[in-house]
Amino acid sequence: MSAAAPSRGQRDGLRGARTAGALAGTGRLFHFALLRDRLRIPLWAVALGGLVGYFGAVLPLAYPDQAALQTRAAILKDPSGALLSGPGYGLEHYTLGALLANEVLGMLAVAAALMSIFLVVRHTRAEEESGRAELVRAGVVGRHAPLTAALAALLVANGAVAVVLTVAMLGNGLARADSLALAAGVGAAGVVFGAAAAVTAQLSQSARGATGLAGGALGLAYLLRGIGDAQRVGGTALSWLSPIGWSQQTRAFVDLRWWPLLPAVVLAALLCLAAYLLASRRDLGAGLIAARPGPSRATRALTSPAGLVFRLERVSILSWCLGLFAFALLTGSMGQAIVDSFEARPELAAVIGGPPGGDALRAALSAFLRYFAMAVAVHVVVTVNRLRREEDSGRTALLLAAGAGRDRLMLHFLAVTLAADTLLLLAAGFGLGAGAVASVEPDARNLALEFTAASLAYLPLVSCFAALTALAYGLRTGSWWVWLILIASLLIGLYGPILRLPEALLEAEPFGLVPAVPSVPLNAGPLLLMGLTALVLLAAAVPAFRRRDLSV
Amino acid sequence: MNPVIDVQKLSKNFGAVRALDELDLRLEAGEVHGFLGPNGAGKSTTIRILLGAAKADSGTARLFGEDPWTEAVRLHRRLSYVPGDVNLWPKITGGEAIDLLVSLRGGADSRRRSDLLERFDLDPSKKTRTYSKGNRQKVALVAALASDVELLVLDEPTSGLDPLMERVFQDCVREARAAGRTVLLSSHLLAEVETLCDRVTIIRQGRTVQSGALSELRHLARAAVSVVCGKDPSGVALLPGVHDVRRDGERLLFSVEDGALPAVLEHLLPLDIRSLTSTPPTLEELFVHQYSPDAQGARS
Repeated sequence: MSAAAPSRGQRDGLRGARTAGALAGTGRLFHFALLRDRLRIPLWAVALGGLVGYFGAVLPLAYPDQAALQTRAAILKDPSGALLSGPGYGLEHYTLGALLANEVLGMLAVAAALMSIFLVVRHTRAEEESGRAELVRAGVVGRHAPLTAALAALLVANGAVAVVLTVAMLGNGLARADSLALAAGVGAAGVVFGAAAAVTAQLSQSARGATGLAGGALGLAYLLRGIGDAQRVGGTALSWLSPIGWSQQTRAFVDLRWWPLLPAVVLAALLCLAAYLLASRRDLGAGLIAARPGPSRATRALTSPAGLVFRLERVSILSWCLGLFAFALLTGSMGQAIVDSFEARPELAAVIGGPPGGDALRAALSAFLRYFAMAVAVHVVVTVNRLRREEDSGRTALLLAAGAGRDRLMLHFLAVTLAADTLLLLAAGFGLGAGAVASVEPDARNLALEFTAASLAYLPLVSCFAALTALAYGLRTGSWWVWLILIASLLIGLYGPILRLPEALLEAEPFGLVPAVPSVPLNAGPLLLMGLTALVLLAAAVPAFRRRDLSV
Repeated sequence: MNPVIDVQKLSKNFGAVRALDELDLRLEAGEVHGFLGPNGAGKSTTIRILLGAAKADSGTARLFGEDPWTEAVRLHRRLSYVPGDVNLWPKITGGEAIDLLVSLRGGADSRRRSDLLERFDLDPSKKTRTYSKGNRQKVALVAALASDVELLVLDEPTSGLDPLMERVFQDCVREARAAGRTVLLSSHLLAEVETLCDRVTIIRQGRTVQSGALSELRHLARAAVSVVCGKDPSGVALLPGVHDVRRDGERLLFSVEDGALPAVLEHLLPLDIRSLTSTPPTLEELFVHQYSPDAQGARS
């Protein structure tokens, strides 16, 4: 006689075991994820909290009284100001809290979202791509354990960010409930985009692809709320289509309401559900978007080191180019609003620099051009540092063994990087000038051309940073000191005037050494000196790399 | 008793590519089974399905009589796995990686762990980033062998090991068999399979082409014969089962199908044999025979 079919109770028991089985090992993986991120999560939290604390410390210096704060609020009333920042609640009586909620919250939400996207992809798709997930899943580990562990780590990371943010705001003497709401808004945005990354990690077969898809969703969300907020003070329906918009709609420090965070909770839950459903329908390592095959033969252009570097970096170069151009265009279009706000507060014009009583718009735009050059300098250091990653992965050894030659390899890499960064500078300069032309000064059509040309004044300085990073790579000292120099230059250049640092320090700052063309006349001396410095650094970097051992 | 692994008519497609095409594989408890095939034949895909990491399109796969896709978690308590290409988390040490993998399986004997570390000559305090391919593989091997499991699934586990370490590995497999464990050893190192395995399954393009005890399979290949005679022996070429006849100086070389050797000897005896060697077919010959173009032609 055959065995009786399992009773209903037994069947339920089996199903229960199966559900529990899908999560087996989650606890261990969760602890391991936190172990791996034990530095990253606190760093993100402290950096974001530090930003808020910094604003709290600096704003009273820059805007000593209510009238000064109102000039800042006036910038946000301008649609292009709203596009970049927030819906503009509480502009009638601007306060530190309202400023944080309007202008900084969006930035914090984007940062938390990026942290979350990186975190989730790192613990899901990147693990599958590297083959480690297969090793892990061969243990007593359920199908959904890695994803669940990643989502738990996501909650911990965003919780940590929210706690540190709250503490930083309370430290600035802000209201408790509103501080909590702002921090919760940042955390909620982080969780939503982390959950979105959990979905894209199921779709794309590569970690880079998953990050790109989720990052694209983040960009779209920021844009949607920007357009909505630009349409009307307080935002329109478009603002409500964006998770970042929800966080900003709590109106913290103005007229607090909590319910706009509700859709974030619902969306995050739905996205997680979708990720689980997709995950249970696919093989480990497989994506729902199949990887497209590429050409089976290399083109001639690819077969030189420069060609290879360009091929590997082209997407990144193009996205930086478009991003810088778009931001420059927006900034340029805000130019007149900013200048108007200065007219009420002449001492603020001094922060931007430029001749008193001179062309205020040109002075403001020239100062902004410097900020964009700073972004390009960051790009150049990041890109040249890639040499190190290439070496550590063994790919450099592969190229060298194939006869590429160390000098040639390094020079090709730097040449491509500098060409790309020239393009970035031009894009920023053109965007800035074109934005100004389009919005405020249609009679000064040569403004676009003027700023495009002026951007090249920063090329010698950017080359210096490229050569400096190359030297750090050649000597294998680690790039921390290059970053130290760059970040110190950025901080002094950006906040020195507001903090009223000593004049000598401000003048020694590299970006301050570049003449603020076209607002002041071009002085070729410093530029030639910087070009020369770059060449000297390069002449030291190439032999340094030639003489040392490869790491792999 | 149930076979430990029972795979029948297993098929799996990746888009338009048919990775597995009605593949069969069967392992009895306590045997060391070689799983052979060229690159891309479907060995790793089969193993991924057996581990529940991928789902078959059709056919059945059974591990200890159960479905590896739905019962993965319970089944994994009873097995250890070593992949051919081991990638580890860069910022932790080898020892930490071993402990993580072992704890995910449910713990291991710490004496066995230290014994294995010593035998494989692995320094567990080094960061995994500094390990060579062979050392990363040792991490996975130590983690797999330190657990008390019934089945070892090894997917080209020695591809990064030097000959000394390969020997240690072979000893470990022999000990596993002596302890009554079952081993699935996927490989294309034929010498390794010949020394270690009781039975082998050879696959090509997702299909099983041969399966059986090594001694049985040898019958499918040909012995290599080399003979020097006083009189001209070239008449053997006309005998059935004799192939590839060629002359090398005074020596005549040819291969003989299993079963044809008695007739060949009968033919040669009256011809004043001065020297004669007959080499039994190696697995390599069997392998080459299975994948040679005419063998494929004969099957299609």
